[in-house]
Amino acid sequence: MARGGRPVLRGLDLAIEVGATAVLGPSGSGKSTLLRLLDRLADPDEGSVRFRGRDVRELDPLELRRRAVLVPQLPAPVPGTVAENVTYGPALLGRDVDPGPPLEQAGLDRSFADRDAARLSVGEQQRVMLARALALEPEVLLLDEPTAALDELATAAVERALDRLRGRSGLSLVLVTHDRSQARRLSGRVVELRDGRAA
Amino acid sequence: MNSVQITLGEVAATLALVGLAAAVSLWRRADLERDLGVAVVRSFLQLTAVGYVIQAIFDSDSLWLVALLLSGMVAFGTVTARSRARAVPGALVAIVLALAAAAAVTLGLVLVLGVFDATPRYLVPVGGMVIGNSMTATAVALNRLADEVHGRAGLIEASLALGATARQASAGLVTSSLRSGMIPLIDSTKTTGVVFFPGTMVGMLVAGAEPLDAVRLQLILLWALLGAVALAALIAVTLGYRGFFTPAHQLREPPEP
Repeated sequence: MARGGRPVLRGLDLAIEVGATAVLGPSGSGKSTLLRLLDRLADPDEGSVRFRGRDVRELDPLELRRRAVLVPQLPAPVPGTVAENVTYGPALLGRDVDPGPPLEQAGLDRSFADRDAARLSVGEQQRVMLARALALEPEVLLLDEPTAALDELATAAVERALDRLRGRSGLSLVLVTHDRSQARRLSGRVVELRDGRAA
Repeated sequence: MNSVQITLGEVAATLALVGLAAAVSLWRRADLERDLGVAVVRSFLQLTAVGYVIQAIFDSDSLWLVALLLSGMVAFGTVTARSRARAVPGALVAIVLALAAAAAVTLGLVLVLGVFDATPRYLVPVGGMVIGNSMTATAVALNRLADEVHGRAGLIEASLALGATARQASAGLVTSSLRSGMIPLIDSTKTTGVVFFPGTMVGMLVAGAEPLDAVRLQLILLWALLGAVALAALIAVTLGYRGFFTPAHQLREPPEP
C-alpha cells in the first residue's frame, strides 16, 4: 500500500480478533492507513483485506463502513447541532434515532444535544464523533489516534468512555495509537507496526 | 434596422488605444507588450475569420451549418473550460454535456416561445453568447468544486466513513460550487444599465437602433443567459463531483494524514 508514491504498509500479515486490539507505532508507520484499508476508504495495491472472513471488496462498501465505523483523528463535525451530528449516519439511511443513548455511551449527557457542534471544545467534539459512530450500532469501532489532539483532561474523558465501551458485547475496538501506556490501558492485545510490518 | 458601415481604417485607428495600453505596460514594466500584441493579432484574425464564416452561413441560410458552427463552439468552449478546471478529474464529459445542453435547451426554448425566428441571424449570435457564458460559469463552478473537495477532504472522508455515498458526502460542496458558477452573472444582471451597459445594447445603439428596442433585446438575452448558465453549472457540478470519487465511494485523493 503506497501513499504519495511511498510505500506505507508492506508485506503486512495481520489478523485482528474480536475484542479490543491496539495498533501501536510511531507516526508514519502506517497505522492510519491500516484503518482506512479495513474500512475500504482505500484499497491495497496488492494483497487483500478480509472482514469476518470475506474480502472487503466483495462487500458493499457503505454497509461495511456502517458495520466497522472509523472515528477520525481530528474531529470533523458536520455544520449543525450535536444531535444532528450524532444522528447523521442513521439519517443517511432515512432512520430516525434518539441521540441521547449514544451521547451517554460516549460520556456526554443529553443536554449537549442542542448545542452547536462547532462551538464545543476539541475534547467534547471528539466524544461527539464517538457518539456519531455509536449511533450506527457498529460491530467494530476503528479509532484513529482518538486522543492525539486532546489535553490530559479530555484524553482521560475519552479513555473513560472507551473503557466502558470495551466491555460491551458485540462491539470490538481497533485503537490506533503511538502511546504505549494508552494501548495497554485500553486493550488486551497490542500489535506493533514498524516500517509497515507487524513487529 | 439601419446597418452601419465601418471601414478597416476606422478599426486601425483604434490601435492608438492599444498603443496606450502598451505604453502603460512599458512605463510600469508590466511586461505585457508581447501579450497585447498577441491579443490584437489573435482578435483580428479570429473575429475576421468568424465574420466570413457567419457571412457564409447567413448567405446559405442553412440550419445544418448553424448546428455545425455551434458544435464547433461547444468543442472549443469545452477545451477552454477543461484547461481552466484541470483539478477536476475526468471533467471533459461533464463540460461538453453542460455546454451542449445549455445551448440546446436555451435556443430550443426561445424558438418554441416565439422570441426569435429559427434563422441563422438569431441562432448564431445568441448561441455564441449562451455557449461563451456557460463556458465561464462551468469553469468557475468546477474550479470551486475542486477547491472545496481539496479543502474539505477530511470532512468528506468522515462522512464516507459513516456510510455516506459520494453524492451524500459532497452535497454541500456541490451546492456552493453551483452558487459560484451562477453568482457572477446574477450580479452583473443586477447592475446592468447602472454600472455598465451590456454589449448587445451598446452594439444596437451604435448601429442606430431605437433605445427601447435595444433594451428589450438585451433583456431577452440577459434572462435567457441566466437560464443557460444555471443549467450549465448544474450539469457540470452534478456530473463533475463524481470524478473525485472511485465507484467504491472512496476519495481518489485522500486527505493529508
